[in-house]
Order: sequence, then C-alpha cells, then structure tokens
Amino acid sequence: MKIRAQIGKVLNLDKCIGCHTCSVTCKQVWTNRDGVEYAWFNNVESKPGVGFPQQWENQELWHGGWQLGKGESLRPKIGGKWRILSKIFANPNLPQLDDYYEPFDFDYAALQNEKSERVVTSVRPYSRITGQVMDKIERGPNWEESLGTEFKHRSKDYNFRDVEKEIYGKFENSFLMFLPRLCEHCLNPTCVASCPSGAIYKREEDGIVLVDQEKCRGWRMCVSGCPYKKIYYNWHTGKSEKCVFCYPRIESGQPTVCSETCVGRIRYLGVMLYDADKIETAAATTNPEDAYEQQLDLFLDPHDPAVVEQARRDGIPDAWIDAAQRSPVYRMIKEWKIAFPLHPEYRTLPMVWYIPPLSPIQEAASAGSLETLNGIPDINSLRIPVQYLANMLTAGNEASIKAALNRLLALRAYMRRFQIENVRDTSLLQGAGLSEQQIQDMYRLLAIANYEDRFVVPTAHKEDAEDPYHQRGIAGFHFNQSTTSGKSRFSLWGQQGVRPEIRRYTVKGG
Amino acid sequence: MSWVEYFLFQIYPYLCLSIFAIGCWARFDRSQFSWRTESSEFLERKTLKWASNSFHVGVLGLMMGHAAGLLTPPQLTEMLGLSAHAHQMLAVGAGSVFAFFAAIGGAGLIYRRVFNRRIKATSRPTDLFILLFVYAQLWLGILGLPHSMMHSDGQTMEILGEWCRGVLTFRSGLPNLLATIPWVYKLHLVTGMTLFLLTPFTRLVHVISAPIWYVFRPGWQIVRQNHHVANDET
Repeated sequence: MKIRAQIGKVLNLDKCIGCHTCSVTCKQVWTNRDGVEYAWFNNVESKPGVGFPQQWENQELWHGGWQLGKGESLRPKIGGKWRILSKIFANPNLPQLDDYYEPFDFDYAALQNEKSERVVTSVRPYSRITGQVMDKIERGPNWEESLGTEFKHRSKDYNFRDVEKEIYGKFENSFLMFLPRLCEHCLNPTCVASCPSGAIYKREEDGIVLVDQEKCRGWRMCVSGCPYKKIYYNWHTGKSEKCVFCYPRIESGQPTVCSETCVGRIRYLGVMLYDADKIETAAATTNPEDAYEQQLDLFLDPHDPAVVEQARRDGIPDAWIDAAQRSPVYRMIKEWKIAFPLHPEYRTLPMVWYIPPLSPIQEAASAGSLETLNGIPDINSLRIPVQYLANMLTAGNEASIKAALNRLLALRAYMRRFQIENVRDTSLLQGAGLSEQQIQDMYRLLAIANYEDRFVVPTAHKEDAEDPYHQRGIAGFHFNQSTTSGKSRFSLWGQQGVRPEIRRYTVKGG
Repeated sequence: MSWVEYFLFQIYPYLCLSIFAIGCWARFDRSQFSWRTESSEFLERKTLKWASNSFHVGVLGLMMGHAAGLLTPPQLTEMLGLSAHAHQMLAVGAGSVFAFFAAIGGAGLIYRRVFNRRIKATSRPTDLFILLFVYAQLWLGILGLPHSMMHSDGQTMEILGEWCRGVLTFRSGLPNLLATIPWVYKLHLVTGMTLFLLTPFTRLVHVISAPIWYVFRPGWQIVRQNHHVANDET
C-alpha cells in the first residue's frame, strides 16, 4: 500500500443555478490572455446539450480516455506510444477552434468615433483571432444556455444513449440541469500518459495535474488524450494549458477561485487519501459499470489507525491526515455515497465528483397519481431520467444513482417534517439507510454549507519545497517566468538561474 | 581560390556550427519556454493534415539520407559492397522520393500560411521566412538532380562527402576540394549551412527535441514531488 493525498472536489448539482460566476472569475484570473480567449478552465454547461467543445463526451468521435488493449492492459484510446508518435505531424483527434468557438469581441469604440448623428451606429463583432469583422457568430462559450438551440442538435448529447430521447424534446417533458466542469485532476490522467515530452505531471503532495510550460513542446497529444477536453491549446504560445486547480491558493490553504466565488455554495474541497498502488487495477476493471465502485475502493478511511500509520510512513503530514478526517468530500463520496465521478467509463479515475440533481416531479405525477414510498416521492417520477444521470455519472449503473437520490429525498422529507411539524420522523430514513446523526450532518453540509465546512484545505509544506535563498526579490506567480523548475542541468553562464526555485525531481512510474 | 570561397567553405561552416551549438544551448537554457513546435493545427487542419505529414516525412527522410550519405566514409560503404555508382543511384532514388513528398507538403504548408486567414493573422514573420527558406533549400537540392543523373559515377557525391567529413575533422584547404563542383551544389551547401545558423532563432529547434524518448518512458504516469534540494546545489 502506498498512500497518497489529494485535494478532491465535489459539486452539488442540486444547488447549481447556472450563474456562471465560477467561469467568469476563473476566466479573469487565468485565461484572460491572448491564445486562450476561447479556453475556459471552468465552464458551466446546460444539459441536455452537446457541451463545450461540441460533443466532448462522445469518445467515438474524440478518442479521449483509456481503453483496454490486448491482455486487458490499459492504453490511451488515441493509441499506444508508437501510434501517438505517428500522429505527431498532424493529429487527427485534435479538436479545432470551431469545435469550441471563434473568440470574438465587439468594436465598442465605433460608438464613440461615429461622427454622423443621422445614422444609428451598430457595434459589430470582430474575431479575436484574425481581427476581422464577423458576419455571424456561429458559436459561443455557452451556446446552449438554459436549453438554447434546437433539441435536434442538443439531443446528440452522449448521455442520451439507451434513453428514448424523443419524448424529452417536447416542451412539457423537457428537463434542464447545469454541469459545471473543470479539470478532473484524475488519478490516472490520460493527458499525462499521452504527452510525448513528459511535460505534464501529477503532484505527489496534493494531486494537482499541471503542464510544465517550459517542457511543453506543443505536440498536442494531451488535448486528444483528455476525455474531458479540459486541456486547451494556446495558439499564441504554442503550449497546452489547463486548469491549475488554483494551486497557489490551494498551497496557502485557500479554496480555488471557482469554489470561493460560487454563489450557490455548491463546491466542496477536502483531502482524500487513496492507495496509489491500486490505481492501475482500478482503472483496468473489465466492466465499465464497475468503474465507480472500483474507484470508491481506492479511497481509504482516514479514521482507520492502520491507514493513519501508513500515511505517516508515506510522508503525509499530520495536518493533512487531520484534514482528511474532517474532509467534507470524503463524507459525501465514501460515507454517504451521494457523490459520483463524471464519466468513470473513461477510466481516468477523476477527482472532481458530482452530487446528482433532484428535479421537479413530473406534472402527471404531481396531479394526484404521485408515487410515494413512505412519504418520499418515487425517484422514477423525477423530471430528469435516472438513466440519463447514470450515463453521466456511473457509466450506466442506475442503482447507485437511485440510492443517492433516495438519500437526498429522504433528507428533504425528514427536515421538512422536522422544521414544519417539529417531528423527528425516523421512518422516513429507513429506506435510505441513514441515521439521524447522518441526516443532521448532511443537512449542515449540504443546506447550510458554511465556508469552514465546505473548504477544508490544509496548507502545503512549502518549507520542504522551496529554497528561500533563491526567492529573494521575486514577485510571485507569473507565466513564463517562475512557474517551473524547467531548467537544464548545465547553465551556460555558470551561475544559478534567476527564476525562483520550486525544485522537483521526477519519480518514475506512479 | 577567392577569398569568398575561402570564407564560405572554410570559415562559414564553423561559424554556422558554432552559432548553432551555442545558440541552441543558450536558448534551451535561458528561454526554454520558447522551445516549441508552434503548431497551427488547432487553427487549420484540412490542408495541414496531408501537407504536414508529407512534408515532415520527406524532410526527415532527406535529413537522415544526407547524414548517412555524407558522413559515412567511402571505405565503409565499399566494405558493405556498395560501389560509388550504386551509392549515388541509391541516394538519387531515395532522395527523389523523399524530395517529392517534401516538395508537395511544403507547397501545401506555404499555401496555408499565406492564404488561410487565421494562420496568416497569427503567424510571426519568421514562421513564413523559415518555411520559405527550407523550401528554397529543398528546390536547390532538387535542381542538382539533373547533374547527378548525367554524372552517375558518384564522384561529386564523394567529394561533397569528403568536404563534410573534412569540416568535422578540421581539415584545411577545404575550398580546393570543391573546385570542380557545379555552382548549384555550392549554393545548396551555403544555404544548408545557413539553415544551421538560423535554427536557434526560429521554430526549427523543435527538430532537436523530437520526442523519440517517449517510447522508452517506463509506464504511463509521471508524478513529481516537491523536494528540498537547497543544500544539493548551492
């Protein structure tokens, strides 16, 4: 057993209102630059819809993630190492700018510069790539906002497989949910595996996956490898960029920008301990439907003395073990089993998990024929089909999703009776398999969602990583200046580089 | 031997190689961020798909052919049972095929760099310059083919090989070797040397970091660790 720690994340989709504050604040901090105007490290998709970039979930199209090769060994779906190298001159699986959208801006100056008062000046969009006026904006970062565009187009949503989707095209049967997406900081990332330069790596201390900007040569394979399409090619610098999980903030114990600014308080951050030795076995499970359970088994109980002892031996600081014991993410994922990984069938073992949304009861049901079980509405009468959620979160395994939705419904029913009638109706909890204490904890974490409860982020032990001698007179984080230790062993000028040192060495395998 | 020839064939090769070596070293060391392919596939793929594949296969084939053909001593090729004539025929044959691919692909790449709106808008001046330069070099090589066909005794090739090996072994009197060589080859030599000179200042550096080591990388995943090494180096 080799225990590693990671800052995991859970998003409570039940409370996401699709306000895009996370996307905008992230954009302003990280991608407000040339070359990544089109890129959104965090974006919020309206579902059902094809998403951003178009149909990213359909791996028949993009070949992201992993697949079981001969002898059930795991290899990237874009191919083994030789095949990846053979695509280096032109990568057939690389999404094009138009699969995202052509970034645009508006020529606002035209309003002020117009001399004539007889004509009404209009502001026309222009391309941020070519600078030319665009006749028509074909796509945008959030083209399907709240079920925008035709159902015919949106129904290409990959999660509709095995669902009779036609009926959901009708107005009265339509449903809507929001899916905020960021890099999953996977335990078994395909981007890392498919990078020919070895520029992408996972940090051992906190599990954040980063692109070494100095080592990246722009071979573009990571963009294809990532099934979530959360690596973006910066056309200006010729390098790949991705969500950095706001690591400067995480290191100092603060939540990521998207989490911090989330208006609906849907985001949770906490430490997860996992067994790094089992990653490959878990990812290579034969039946994709088992992928969720397999990943669940990787996570270790931070209250187990044996785990704590081993964690100490593997160099995990006490503060981190303590944080793991208080981790909101661990409780939701492992104890209450209400959170799920996004598309576990990609076999990347993602570490950003989602609590499935409850949805209004369909009208037919609420009109009188409502199916109830011990006073709790039947989850099959919810507007969002369970199969759809299962396709998204558990590779089609409906039972786990149903159990989670049942727990969430039981929580609501119990708290409703408690607050309105002041009755502790434990009969409501029987079907869900929850204790009263658990209900109280869930209520506190999910409904009240205090800042300190949502974010339990231990600080990084930077004293182990940095050499203060080299940090004299530096300004902090900066692109192309101080992000990495990507310097060669020999120095031409016979002295240390001036850039600050966050020195790392590479551990083989992992 | 004029001073021009002396400069071009005795001094210039070392000038180019020195700047190539020191320039690449300095760039890798001081500004590794700029060491990249600068791929534009993201903005345009339709033309790139065939053009880039064809160009790279052609150019890499030519590069390796040149290295093998020019740097292998004739004693070794003869030992392998390859006469000068056969050696030249092999070079002309393989070279023509690769040159064909490179010429077709290069034309496609130039076309998209000049006429595609997005590529044109995002190109740096050096991008087009170096592409045109490599393409010109390619055509200078192709223009040497007729002479090769007419003189298939392998003499020219052996002289050029001797000159190249002479540069690497610091021989004097190199320009004299080239006295009988037609001007088209000499031009090809000069532009070829200039290509080395230009490499550290353009995107050509990405050739050096061709990721062949990838196939030898153990496993798939890479995990890095923060580690205190303050006392290791300073």
